[in-house]
Amino acid sequence: MKKYLSFFNIRFVNSLQYRAAAVTGIITQFAWGIMTILLFSAFYKTDASSFPMTFNQLASYIWMQQAFLALFMTWYFDTDVLESISTGNIAYELVRPIDIYNMWFTKNYANRLAKAVLRCLPIIIVAIFLPYPYNLAPPPSLEALLLTILTIFLGTSILIALSMLVCISTFYTVNNMGVRMVFLFFAEFLSGAIIPLPFFPNNIQTFINLTPFAAIQNIPFRIYVGHITGVAMYKGLALQFIWLFISILIGRLWLKKSLKKVIVQGG
Amino acid sequence: MIELKNIKKTYKIAKRESGLSNAVKALFKREYTKINALDDISFNIKEGEMVGYIGPNGAGKSSTIKVISGILTPDSGQCIINGLTPWKDRKEHVENIGVVFGQRSQLWWDVPINDSFELLKDIYSIDNKTYKKNLDELVSLLNIEEVIKTPARMLSLGQRMRCEIAASLIHDPKILLLDEPTIGLDAVSKIAVREFIKKINKEKKTTVILTTHDMQDIEALTERILLIGNGKILLDGSLNELKKKKSPIKKVVLDFKDGQISEIKCIEGLSLVSNINGHAEISVNTDILAVSDMIKLISSKLNLTDISVAGTSAEELVVSLYKEFQI
Repeated sequence: MKKYLSFFNIRFVNSLQYRAAAVTGIITQFAWGIMTILLFSAFYKTDASSFPMTFNQLASYIWMQQAFLALFMTWYFDTDVLESISTGNIAYELVRPIDIYNMWFTKNYANRLAKAVLRCLPIIIVAIFLPYPYNLAPPPSLEALLLTILTIFLGTSILIALSMLVCISTFYTVNNMGVRMVFLFFAEFLSGAIIPLPFFPNNIQTFINLTPFAAIQNIPFRIYVGHITGVAMYKGLALQFIWLFISILIGRLWLKKSLKKVIVQGG
Repeated sequence: MIELKNIKKTYKIAKRESGLSNAVKALFKREYTKINALDDISFNIKEGEMVGYIGPNGAGKSSTIKVISGILTPDSGQCIINGLTPWKDRKEHVENIGVVFGQRSQLWWDVPINDSFELLKDIYSIDNKTYKKNLDELVSLLNIEEVIKTPARMLSLGQRMRCEIAASLIHDPKILLLDEPTIGLDAVSKIAVREFIKKINKEKKTTVILTTHDMQDIEALTERILLIGNGKILLDGSLNELKKKKSPIKKVVLDFKDGQISEIKCIEGLSLVSNINGHAEISVNTDILAVSDMIKLISSKLNLTDISVAGTSAEELVVSLYKEFQI
């Protein structure tokens, strides 16, 4: 366990040093958040009652999304992992007494977490003090807040486990741009990163809720804004556990199979 | 200690002719050629031995190293190292080996070398005391005190390679695998690396397997050499043994002012290879004519300004071996 913690540590510290990137990231996310909220406010002015959330709930959802973007961005892949496979540097990872899956998972987590830690607080603080109804409202209960935190971590884990599958596919394609694009399209759209899932037509929602993508950011943010309440929160949590288990299991088995066939490129 | 038996590995390589029509064809039907990277490799290496593993590019050296280090799973064959099969018991096996791939880096690019070492300490679960002892020793032996606080990206190749070697030995491995450790290094760094390898082999009884194209490495380091070509072990013996096997013909290059070169042609055991304006190359069969006699004879007939006798360098030896085995 200690070895993975050190991996986490070195990665985390390493990512923390990019302050300029964090500042520009915060600015971008503010601009993006404001634009999205303004866009929706135009729709809400026409007929607020035809939407599944109140406007303030939506604003809170968007601010949460912007604050934790680094945890849930689907287009971000650990370039180290991709490179180590395609250049053959994985050779050095294989001569260490470590589990490759765990190590990659940890590195990925550390990267995302370090980015999120630097960015989330300024966004959350400013968003709280924005005028109603454009602000980030507090969660409906302490229970909801605790469940939000837990489901954020689980959701990030699912996303990483899924992106690991994309990484593993590099063993077969060398350049996995294509696989990444396909993944990106589905993940971005189906996870509710572009439009929150409750805004989709009902029958499409039923389908999306069956995919693992619905268990990533959809659950924690909707719990936070009070759109999922009561038993439904725990159902969401259970769904996350199931998807996490399945995606990690597939990833581990697939990696094991790939490593048997691995041909380290070059030299 | 290290036992390889009938190891075989074939790579399937997609092939196509150049040109558009062939590229289109390849979209539907790929043609593969099989390459026998390792074709029935067997050898044993005892504890504390230092073995040079040589062969031309693509002969299968790196593939063998990869099998031994547990990265590559062979198609068939047996490999037992300290009672473990590398690709099956990878995690346990790699605790006991240190590997340097000369063309790759195991150091984290933008953190100080020290941090990379600290990470390795945790990966191998080395306790503080042993870590400190090993680190101090490695740092002073390899002469890297000044650079270990610098990020890897700012080091010269020679400094980095010394750090790479330190990194692969920090956990006291019983076996050290070096895949072209002196590639691209200058003379000073090369010698430092060689001295160091010699020392740890002698003092810590570390088993060393070294692949290289640099014959000076082999000459300076190893007693035993394994020659591989086209995936087969062609030779397994000591360097001296091989040198003896070499033909008694030596090459001599002469520069002379005046005198008739044709006179030396009739000396037994000598033959003229080329002669251009006072610069001649002859070959001598040392079984018939000893080198000292040859020099006496020639200097009596020609007014020499320079003479050089090419010795049997390992380099030439290997070239002649490659020729002999047609690899």
